[in-house]
Amino acid sequence: MDDICHCPSVRRSPEPMRSASAHRRSWLDAEGMDDKGMDNNGIVEVRDLRRRFSGRGTRGFEAVRGVSFSVRRGELYALLGTNGAGKTSTLEVIEGLAPPTSGTVRVFGHDPFRARRAVRPRIGIMLQEGGFPADLTVTETVRMWAGTLSRPRPVDQVLDLVGLLHRARVGVKRLSGGERRRLDMAIAVLGDPEVLFLDEPSAGLDPESRQRTRQLVRDLLEGGTTVLLTTHDLQEAEQLADRLAIMHRGLIVRSGTPAEVAGSQPARVSFAWDPGGTASLPELPGGVVEASQPGTVVLRTETLQRTLRALLDWAGRHDVTLRDLVARPASLEQAFLAIAEGEVAAVPSGDSGRLAA
Amino acid sequence: MSTTSASAGPGTGAAGASVRRMGSLARAEALLLRRNPVALLNAFVGPLAAVLLLGALPRTGADPESGAGIVATMTAVTLLSVVYYNLVTALVARREELVLKRLRSGQLGDAEILAGAAAPGIAIAWMQVVVAVAAGFLVFGMGAPANPVLVLTGALAGTAVFVLLAAASTAMTRSVEMAQISTMPVVIVSLVLGGLPFPLDVWPEPLQVLARLLPMTRVTELVQLGLTGTTTAGNSVAGLATFGEAAPALLVLVLWIVLGFLGYRRWMRWEPRR
Repeated sequence: MDDICHCPSVRRSPEPMRSASAHRRSWLDAEGMDDKGMDNNGIVEVRDLRRRFSGRGTRGFEAVRGVSFSVRRGELYALLGTNGAGKTSTLEVIEGLAPPTSGTVRVFGHDPFRARRAVRPRIGIMLQEGGFPADLTVTETVRMWAGTLSRPRPVDQVLDLVGLLHRARVGVKRLSGGERRRLDMAIAVLGDPEVLFLDEPSAGLDPESRQRTRQLVRDLLEGGTTVLLTTHDLQEAEQLADRLAIMHRGLIVRSGTPAEVAGSQPARVSFAWDPGGTASLPELPGGVVEASQPGTVVLRTETLQRTLRALLDWAGRHDVTLRDLVARPASLEQAFLAIAEGEVAAVPSGDSGRLAA
Repeated sequence: MSTTSASAGPGTGAAGASVRRMGSLARAEALLLRRNPVALLNAFVGPLAAVLLLGALPRTGADPESGAGIVATMTAVTLLSVVYYNLVTALVARREELVLKRLRSGQLGDAEILAGAAAPGIAIAWMQVVVAVAAGFLVFGMGAPANPVLVLTGALAGTAVFVLLAAASTAMTRSVEMAQISTMPVVIVSLVLGGLPFPLDVWPEPLQVLARLLPMTRVTELVQLGLTGTTTAGNSVAGLATFGEAAPALLVLVLWIVLGFLGYRRWMRWEPRR
């Protein structure tokens, strides 16, 4: 029982995320193959996944309409999307809770639905809604789960990890919403899983426990756990994810690293100036005026450097003062909002694969 | 506890792990039962009250004065209230709380979840039957059983049938409150036609045929046959002949186990309807 816990249980001071993820990448490169000599690519493989719910009277509702992606060992892959985008429906198939309508899903090379016995002992699942008997205490709940696992970690250690140790003897029905999420997290990591599935892990958490949950996820990643999570918290995805996919209406519309996905949107330049003089705003290369009120201008550009240089040259030549000048690349949030607003056609991109007609 | 199945003997590793998983769930279910006063009352006081009530009825199928009649009645009543009804409410409560869905996301198999949830009720039911057997021997002067294997088989098969029927019945039960209504068909038919308050021959022929096809009728028949060697027709048999007399009952119960299993697989839902 002494070899089961390879993830750090002590919290350390938060380190900058990028360095942590860079560290993990180098670890991945060094350990190009896993212990069974399998390629590290695709500890989770999803190909052309479709999931249709049969509805009454209608032809049903297709919640997932052909999704493909893979999750590499040791990385954190985030599925982003608005409500109803199909994130949870996708995750449930990968977790083996439901069969796909069509397409294939492999976890450790197994069909997670049919080969439940082979897959389940190696994964941990946090569902969107708890599902714990109201009349048991926190400890009783975790102990019950521990009794169903092949390699459980000590109950108190796990409660400490999620910050519930002081609530150990409290009944589940008296927990706050955030505490229930943390109990769910405790259950998910209780079996020391190789792959962890988290469905909206920080939804409903206060800022402090949100931070704590993120730190726990980082620690688990450091320990080599692979994580697939869904979220609509963009900051969370930006901070934690090595790669992510944005889902919209059952399809993956963008995927890649957070920087790549954000970079799919134009950068913005904004400034204020005094238009009363002789100079008038010229055509700027690559720049499109998005909003212009008297004196304030917002530009959108795919070529930030060129646009900005032209703008500054013009201002210099005409001695125009640009106040509140801001130039920034697109954020993940902008990419996300653009998709949510339907500006982006739902087409596959990156590794999201081909779509059936 | 062994950390891998390799260190344990082959087979015992997997079976042992399965028993351990069910045991863990059963302990939690027992705790939940202990914290539910209504369910506790139903499990412990209900059967005793029912046995006394049925015993007080003027003419009964199972002779109230005989120990065997008391054991048969206790078996039937506990199977219906402590195993069947109790399990329907427990499963529906867990389903509506999303507990079943959560359990299915772990390492427990479906059958293990069902068995674990049913275990406390089964234990309480069997305990009360054992008490009834003791009372039969000590208070009512019951003699040595003609064929104890039949008694045990009847109780085991009856338990299996009513666990599976409970699982299937959850499909017609949207809430815990509704369980009181949705379990009525099985409970009433089993009690009325089960040969306990009335002997089968009070019914017209078609009802008698129906009654003989019902699981509870056959469970009480096996228990009484095994205890006294007396068939429902009133003949006395002994020794191996009791197995011959028991064959139709066993056949009916096997059929019900198969039907119950199919119903469970076909109808049981593990998540609330949205």
